[in-house]
Order: sequence, then structure tokens, then C-alpha cells
Amino acid sequence: MDHNAQPPSNGPPGRAADIRTTRNEVAVDIVGLNKWFGAFHALREVNLRVMRGERIVICGPSGGGKSTLLRCINRIENWQQGRLIVDGVELTDDLKKIDEIRREVGMVFQQFNLFPHLTVLENCMLAPVWVRRMPRKEAEAIARHNLARVRIPEQADKHPSQLSGGQQQRVAIARALCMQPKIMLFDEPTSALDPEMVREVLDTMVALALDGMTMLVVTHEMGFARQAATRMILMDAGQIIEMNEPEAFFSRPQHERTKLFLSQILH
Amino acid sequence: MTTASISGFVRGEMIAAAPPPRLHASLLRQIRERLFNSLGNATLTVLGVLLLGSLAWPLMKFVLLDAVWRGAERTDCLPETVGHEVGACWPFIAAKFDQLMYGFYPADQRWRVNLVYGLGALLGAPLLVPRVPYKTLNATLFFGIFPIVAGLLLVGGLFGLMEVETRLWGGLLVTLVISFTGIVGSLPLGVLLALGRRSDLPVVRSASVVFIEFWRGVPLITVLFFATYMLPLFLPGNWKIDGLLRVLIGVILFSAAYLAEVVRAGLQAIPRGQFEGAMALGLGYWRMMSLIILPQALRLVIPGLVNSFIALFKDTTLVLIVAIFDLLGQLRASFSDPNWATPVTLFTGFAFTGLIYFVVSFAMSRYALYTEQRLNAR
Repeated sequence: MDHNAQPPSNGPPGRAADIRTTRNEVAVDIVGLNKWFGAFHALREVNLRVMRGERIVICGPSGGGKSTLLRCINRIENWQQGRLIVDGVELTDDLKKIDEIRREVGMVFQQFNLFPHLTVLENCMLAPVWVRRMPRKEAEAIARHNLARVRIPEQADKHPSQLSGGQQQRVAIARALCMQPKIMLFDEPTSALDPEMVREVLDTMVALALDGMTMLVVTHEMGFARQAATRMILMDAGQIIEMNEPEAFFSRPQHERTKLFLSQILH
Repeated sequence: MTTASISGFVRGEMIAAAPPPRLHASLLRQIRERLFNSLGNATLTVLGVLLLGSLAWPLMKFVLLDAVWRGAERTDCLPETVGHEVGACWPFIAAKFDQLMYGFYPADQRWRVNLVYGLGALLGAPLLVPRVPYKTLNATLFFGIFPIVAGLLLVGGLFGLMEVETRLWGGLLVTLVISFTGIVGSLPLGVLLALGRRSDLPVVRSASVVFIEFWRGVPLITVLFFATYMLPLFLPGNWKIDGLLRVLIGVILFSAAYLAEVVRAGLQAIPRGQFEGAMALGLGYWRMMSLIILPQALRLVIPGLVNSFIALFKDTTLVLIVAIFDLLGQLRASFSDPNWATPVTLFTGFAFTGLIYFVVSFAMSRYALYTEQRLNAR
């Protein structure tokens, strides 16, 4: 593999040596991450440390590696170089560790990925019952609680195909919450939605942010970013281009790429 | 909307929902509109009816009108005795009925076969009706306990039951035993092979590919022949496997290879997102497959699966070449009885067995259709 793909200066200042993870503070620690799809260098020396309770919004042009980075965090995507420590556990090829992390990290997808052969309630109960070995009664109580939390308790017995896109995405959020995750990943959660339904999903996410959930969100909804993010990241060409607090990120972008990107999506 | 000429428009009153126009005209009108709406279509309709009639009438004459219903020997089914052209000779079937059902299974032990049928119906029927509760228990009994009990009852040799060697079995009994074991045995194996063929583990994948391609590449007759006549030569000295069991294993392995490809087609149709959604929740491989992927994949391939099951059910007749007498084999054996040699014996026999094969296959097909519709309705 190519070690010289990127000079280290391109990411945030190198912290490769500094990986003392404390369970209490650091939620995700990404160190020198490199990933290739075949010959395509998809992630280049990505370094990122996310503290517990932070809400990171990642934006940038498509193909820039945002989703890939997010999908590495629960190891749905594999990488070739670098280290990734989630909740104090380093992700390796060890399947036990991977499953352990996936239990603690919830993920919401662009295409919802609800299970169409199960009802909404069954979608929410499945993982608690089969992965956490929770009694069905308890799992159902948690499922109903979280469906109420995303404000669709009355849809519990329907199948996903009977719901609108916005409702489906809220079920997907509830399903992830039922595992009582420590970290939530959102991969363009509103991109597949009709414009009128974006709001209801974003409101749900803001409420989650206010509850103190650690969140990494890939989105172009800058309204949400201003409202909920603690840090903004712009990714392009597989690397972090700029990272800053939302206020500074939007009002005083430094990198040319960031300025260009923001000028194109903000009206 | 009267102002098409002007570009601006603001709706005043909303249009209320109205019922759809009537779709169901009277039967007579439907017939006229659909079948006789032009000279060409009218001609086709008449020709079609004539064709159907010319096929159905002789069949009805043979099976019902000209058939002989009572009799004790071949002379009762001869035109000279009856006085008109003779259709089916049903007394022949009556005389051979037990043989066609049980083969040479000892007459005083046939209650065991009937008991197995009864148990099978008792446990199987509720399994087919979605509304009946306790499906898990029911399925465990039917697929787990029933085959063992049925095997014990049919083979015997334990609990004071007389042992009945499988070479005495025959007729419908053998057909059903081979089909049932073939279907129930090959589906799980086929699913495993399909999963194996899509596995990330190279050894598992290649092993599955080799298995599937090998068994698909060999005709069933060869498999049966090999299992029956060649295998014993390779087995050490006094190690003997029952003849029917060898055939059963051959049929299961053969059928599993085909089912594996059917199931694989279903697996390929499941979007990646379903796998990712399951993984993201922390489901391991087997839970992801059994709870999320397979229920959807198998539902998609019900038509293909049933196709294979029906083919398997009819392919059981091939065991004839290894001297196992299934329904059709038993029928052919009964043709050689000089006491029933008449010009219509052959046709009668094939009409009867054909009907049995048709009823079973058609039932499978209809039930599958019902299941599909039930699952799609959700």
C-alpha cells in the first residue's frame, strides 16, 4: 500500500501518537485512517477525535469520503491502514469486538433500511431481543417508548411500506435508539425524503442532540448543523479539508474548497 | 378548469372525491364485449370452444360414460361382454388398489402406513393454515419428531413391531416417502449451499460451488444408479446401507444443488441495505441471515422452490430403474398380470396414476400461490 499518499499536514495536526482513550471522554478516535476501494484512495490519513456528547456534522461534495468514513466507525466498511477506537475498544478483524461496537453504535441510513417483512414494532424489538437477549416484554416497552420519542407510537403495528418516507426514517431512528446506543451515526438521513418530510426527521434529530447523544451526521442540512452541531467538518477527496466550530465555519471559512462549497449550498 | 387560455389559476372550491365509474357490467354484456366484439374475435371464440369440446368430450367418454365400474376379471372389461366400446376399466384399479398404495408391504401391517399418513395429516394440515396458533411447536413436531416416528413405524423392528424391509415397500408409499424426505431434507441443505456460495470464506465458497456444479452436472438416473450399484462396491466389506436410504440420500443431495441455485437467486435480490441495516444493529451472520435475509429471500423464490418440489415429486418415478417400485413402477408391474390383460388396462392405469400426480402437484402449486398472495398482501 502507498504510504505517501498524503502529507500528514493535510488533516488536522497529527495526533497519531496520542491515542490514550479514556472511556469517559473520548467516544470515537480515528487515527491515520486510509482506505482504498480497489486502486481508488477513498480515505486519506483521516484523524478525528470525537468526545462524548459532541455532535459532528460532516459535509462536502459527493464522493468525498463522508459516508465511507461514517461507515468505518461501525465497521460496515473495512479499511487498510490506521486505527479506529470506538468507546475505548479498538476495532480489529475480531468479529466479537465488531459486534460489541455495533451494539453500542446506532446507525441511520439514507435509504432507511427498515426490514419490510416485519412490522414497525418488530423492527424495533428485533435487535434488543436477539442481540441484547432482552425479554420480549421489556423490549416491547422500550420499542414503544422510542416510537413515542420519535412521535409515531400509533404506527407500531404497520409494515414499513405503509408509512411515508419521513415516518420510515423516524422508525429507523427509533429502531437504532432501542439498542440504547452510546453513539449515533446518521448517513444523509434526509436525502431520500420529500421536501415536506425533511423537517420532521430533523426535529427528531435535534431533540436527540438536546438529550446529549453523541452524534456524527453526514448531511447537507445546514440549518440542522447551525442548530445542533458542536463541530463542522468539510471532507473532499477522502480527506478532512476544514474542521471548526459551526459559527466560525460558516462565517469565516478558511480553505478555498470550504468557501466554494458553502457558497454553492447556502443561498 | 374553464380558463385554459389564461395562464394564472387559483382553485376556489376543492373537488370532492367521487366513486369510480362502474366496472362490473352484466355477464352477458361482458361476454359480448370481450368475446364477440368483432367478427375475428367471434370466430376465435367459437373455434376455441369447439377445440375444448373435442378434447374434453372423448376424455369424459373414456373416464365416465363408457367406463366399466363393476367387475371381477378381465372379461368384464371386454367390448364383447359389455356390448359397446369400453372406456376405463375401473375394476382393474380396484383390484390393484392396495398394491398401488402399499406395494408388497405385508397386508396385516398396512395399518402402520395408514397411521403414518394419519399422523402426517394431523400434524401437517394445521401447519398449512396460517390462523392456527403454536406454529413453532407444530413445525418442530412435523419436521423434527414426525419423520423419526414415521421411520420407526414404517421400518419397524423395535417395540415389538415386525420389521418390514424397504424392498417390500412400494406404490404411493414409496413415492411419498421419497418426495417428502427429498423436499424436507434438501431445502435446508440447499439454503446452506446457497449461503456457502455467497460466503466471504474462500474454502466454504469453493466447496459449495464444487458441490453444486457436480450434482447439477450429473443426471438423476446416474446418481440413483451409482448409489445403488456402484456405492456398495466402494464401501468396506460388510458395511451395508439400505437400498431405499441410499436412494433417499442421492435424491436429497441432487435436489439440494438445484434448490441452492434457486435460493441464491433470492439472496441476490435482497438489497445491500438490508444486510447493512442488520449488521449495524449488531446482528451476527447467522441471525442476520435467519431473521432478516432468508425470510425475504425465500419469499421471493417461492415459485422457483415449488417448481423444484414438483419436479422432484415427479422425478421420483426414476427410482424404477434401480428396482424400487414407486407408484408408477407398481402400476407397470400390475400391467403384467394376465388376469387383467385388456385393451384398456394400460390407459386406465395411466389415467389413474396421472390423476394422482396431477392432484398432488396442483395442490402444491395452488398452496404456493396462496402463500405468495398472503405474504404479498402485507
